[in-house]
Amino acid sequence: MSEKKNNLDETKKNFNQNNTVLEAINITKYFHDPIKIQVLNDVEFSLTKGEFASIIGKSGCGKSTLLYILSTMDTDFEGDLKIDGVSMLKKKEAELAKVRNEKIGFVFQFHYLLNEFSVLRNVMLPGEKLGKYSTKEIETKAYEKLKILGIEKEALKKPNQLSGGEKQRVAIARALINEPLIIMGDEPTGNLDKKNGDMVFDIFKELAEVYQQSLLIVTHDNEFANKTHRIIEMEDGKIIKK
Amino acid sequence: MARWKQTLIAAIGVTFSITMFIALLSFMAGLNDLLDGLMLNRTPHVRLYNEIKAAENQPIGIFSKNKVQHNFINSIKPSNQLPQIHNSDAIIQALKKDRRVIGIAPKIIAQVFYNVGTTNLTGIINGIEVEEEDKLFLFQNYVVEGNYLELKTISNSIIIGKGAADNMLVNIGDRVQVTTTKGDQVQLKVVGFFQSGISELDKVQSYTSINTAQKLLGESNNYITDIQIKLADVLLAPKIALEYKKLFEVETIDIQTANSQFETGSFVRTLISYAVGIVLLIVAGFGIYNILNMMIFEKMDTIAILKATGFSGKDVKRVFISIALTIGIFGGLLGLLLGFGLSAGIDQIPFKTASLPTIKTYPINYNPIFYIIGGVFSIITTFLAGYFPARKASKVDPVIIIRGK
Repeated sequence: MSEKKNNLDETKKNFNQNNTVLEAINITKYFHDPIKIQVLNDVEFSLTKGEFASIIGKSGCGKSTLLYILSTMDTDFEGDLKIDGVSMLKKKEAELAKVRNEKIGFVFQFHYLLNEFSVLRNVMLPGEKLGKYSTKEIETKAYEKLKILGIEKEALKKPNQLSGGEKQRVAIARALINEPLIIMGDEPTGNLDKKNGDMVFDIFKELAEVYQQSLLIVTHDNEFANKTHRIIEMEDGKIIKK
Repeated sequence: MARWKQTLIAAIGVTFSITMFIALLSFMAGLNDLLDGLMLNRTPHVRLYNEIKAAENQPIGIFSKNKVQHNFINSIKPSNQLPQIHNSDAIIQALKKDRRVIGIAPKIIAQVFYNVGTTNLTGIINGIEVEEEDKLFLFQNYVVEGNYLELKTISNSIIIGKGAADNMLVNIGDRVQVTTTKGDQVQLKVVGFFQSGISELDKVQSYTSINTAQKLLGESNNYITDIQIKLADVLLAPKIALEYKKLFEVETIDIQTANSQFETGSFVRTLISYAVGIVLLIVAGFGIYNILNMMIFEKMDTIAILKATGFSGKDVKRVFISIALTIGIFGGLLGLLLGFGLSAGIDQIPFKTASLPTIKTYPINYNPIFYIIGGVFSIITTFLAGYFPARKASKVDPVIIIRGK
């Protein structure tokens, strides 16, 4: 059995080198407080480069929990998680932070922009943390990203001077700054009206199709999910449809 | 990370405590110096003198040295001589060669009566080498009227204690008559008044030149009763005093033995001011701790997103500690400056008291060590006040915050 699994792992690994960016292997998770409840049961799937996938399911089915495990922020689970072919088990907190910085971009339901800083600086922050480029280069790149999203004119404003849709686009620019392997979204359109929600969807689609950006979006908006390339449907901690 | 009002208040707390710390210590140390100076500046580090007492070895003892017998002698009396240091010239020469000694002032102490009309007041005349005395004990600071150098240039002159002068109703230029213990009467010209700050002393003490004192007592010009010594290192005084006692066969007393109570007083005062200063700083530290703790609750979102986008716990901790240290450093620096300003201000406040003629304003000691201690303490307390909230912030779980929205 284990040999067979090893072989399977090998093939997967080879496959990885070209295409697979994210791989969940038998992920199981329990909540311990107040009583032990299983929230994820043997979840297994992988995501290839350039794929625009959405995870849907009813409230409480564990889709957000899964996303946080995949994003390396939640480390309390059983099974294995591979990002870019590297296992995230046994990595220390600081190493995981580095992985998130380099390889993952986040878009949340709430924008989480820092009002103390300008829009531009908000976008630049993860780039400054990465430390790969000079501040000048990061600034140029941040402008590029803002341009893709059509909000370069707002660069020097403070986030609280922007509309909800604009804020979310800034958050997407921030997720893009380090050219991540994958962008993860937790209900990114949940707080937006129809018009802005559509705009965000169009941006995601463009990123996936034009820039070959992998995206994994958790949503309960079936209309949104139906337009993505791939739907992963969850129920009671299990994937019922990939 | 801007909560300017609160941050400012925290910084003001540090500034205030450092200001008070510096001002308090400077003032306290200035006061200590003043009080110690009152006594210690006028006390030689080592004093050589002789006491009138019966000889330790009576002639009968020498006679019966090798015999088994007990000698009973009734009513032993000291021989009739003044408390003179014998061979004083040779001793002074030897002292001048001693490198640990930085100043020597010979002195004659003579008991006298001031004759005022028909009544007599007891007094003590100190015969001094005027310039030496000034060098060692800042004699001129205590001469409140008249020129202290005239003691040397005008023969048979006297600088009389202010208290004694008031009692006798004499002015500068007047003559006072004194009677020595031998019964000789001499007239001395008053060239100045002396005020030490200790009124008991000022009622009896007066000064003449050493030559005048020798003439007064009818002694030769090598007659000296005291040799006052100032040392390079005052802490060696007890040891050196003992050494000279053996070497020169005289009585000696060191400054520590003579004035032990002053040191205790200074020590306790310094201790109290340090304690108050440090308590102030700790209170300021708690203020910073509180403000940072509140800041963390308000900035949970920021911490969460920073962590989600790849900032580690360490980075978050560094941000909070650097906020605390910025408060500490700027607050502390401003405190040091204001502390200096406040001390300088106190230094300008007039402070006149009859007992301290040389003091015009409140005393301040501008010792840089207070500023160093204040600076170091402000950084240590703010670091500690920042460290614990920072550690808490570094442990914030971003998942809980983000999911909670």
